[in-house]
Amino acid sequence: MDFHFKNKKITGILSILPSRDIYFDDELMYYNFSGLKAEKLKLTMGYNKRRIFDKGLCVSDICVKGMEHLFSSGKLNKEDIDAMILVTQSPDYFLPPTCNLIQGRLGLGSGVICMDIVQGCAGYILGLIQAFMLLEQKNIKKVVILNADILSRKVSRYDRQISPMLGDACSITIVEDSEVPCDILCNYNVDGGRAMSVNIPAGGWREPSTDQTAVLEEDKNGNRRSLNDMVEDGSQIFNLIQLNVPEMIKHILEITGISKEQIDYYIVHQPNRFMIQKLADKIGVLRDKMPSNIVENFGNSSGVTLPVNIVHNLGSILISEKKKILLSGFGVGLAWGATILDMENLDFCEVFEVSGEEQ
Amino acid sequence: MKENIIEILTELRPEFDFTDNVNFIEEGMIDSLDIVNLVAELESTFSINIDGLDVVPENFSTIENIINLLVKTGMK
Repeated sequence: MDFHFKNKKITGILSILPSRDIYFDDELMYYNFSGLKAEKLKLTMGYNKRRIFDKGLCVSDICVKGMEHLFSSGKLNKEDIDAMILVTQSPDYFLPPTCNLIQGRLGLGSGVICMDIVQGCAGYILGLIQAFMLLEQKNIKKVVILNADILSRKVSRYDRQISPMLGDACSITIVEDSEVPCDILCNYNVDGGRAMSVNIPAGGWREPSTDQTAVLEEDKNGNRRSLNDMVEDGSQIFNLIQLNVPEMIKHILEITGISKEQIDYYIVHQPNRFMIQKLADKIGVLRDKMPSNIVENFGNSSGVTLPVNIVHNLGSILISEKKKILLSGFGVGLAWGATILDMENLDFCEVFEVSGEEQ
Repeated sequence: MKENIIEILTELRPEFDFTDNVNFIEEGMIDSLDIVNLVAELESTFSINIDGLDVVPENFSTIENIINLLVKTGMK
């Protein structure tokens, strides 16, 4: 599905990260592969270090800290917010909506529209689409997109496929109307037939968590996890990234009439270094134009890797320069989306660290 | 070429016998992480660049399929 928007822009991005690094080398005792394999995976996949939030911090806590930082530093006025979207797979509770909790703790007005969107690796794109749609209302001038996940708590430390690359992160993105005329095309796709390719079997209504669902079992590949833990069919993700995502990027370039050379940066979700480099090769762009260094520095934080990627790799550039960016998220759902937009002179594009002790 | 491939696979997963005529994926002998390492090793050993579209499990499920992939990539 294509979405066409006019005269919208991102005006600020705050990447909220845990301050403590956790090193792959320090966790090797949890994975049942050889030292040689570990060394190879560091090179091919980018396993190096990741960051996870202290277990005392939930998504609402982290988002509130980030928002209060923006308020206190004068980068965002509380009264200017008309709508707030939270994209997360790790809500504080089944109910109420976590976004409502954040609204209440921040003391925002009751007229501020709040909504939770439960989406994963493509969720940042869906959040942008929703924000752009809200901005079509003439009385909505400023939308805050909170994208946050703390999925490290739902991954077995003995899962060598997921645990070494899984990180936590939150982000705040401000979206507003643009005085400068511009066209934005977004494309978003879902294949629910492959939805269970990435899932957490127990803990929802279909299979509530019990002592039984917490029992670790080993699969044929040597991963030990329980039904309470995330599980991923790696081959399905391979197929998604190598088949569907390149088709989507080709489509969005054709529709917009923009050549792949005109794109300054391809900012894409970060499952691991290898797949990003292969995606760059597949669509025929320089690997330098598609950064693949987020897993090695922070871990894969689902859809939040997009704003983390922007801030880490382009933070200083987008404060003062104009760049044409292709954003693309893909994974859980299975869902995959992309957009092309100009980004320039952001009010802020920076990291805010939250230490484990703060609660 | 076949011996080199078996040597690479054996280095990656020494607990399995890759001379057996079985499907490595279905038998759980290699997983997605092994495929990533295998691609990197094949590219390095044979000085090739395997197309990302070809990085699908079927192409690494047997010795024959891996050889076919390398031939498709330009190996002789």
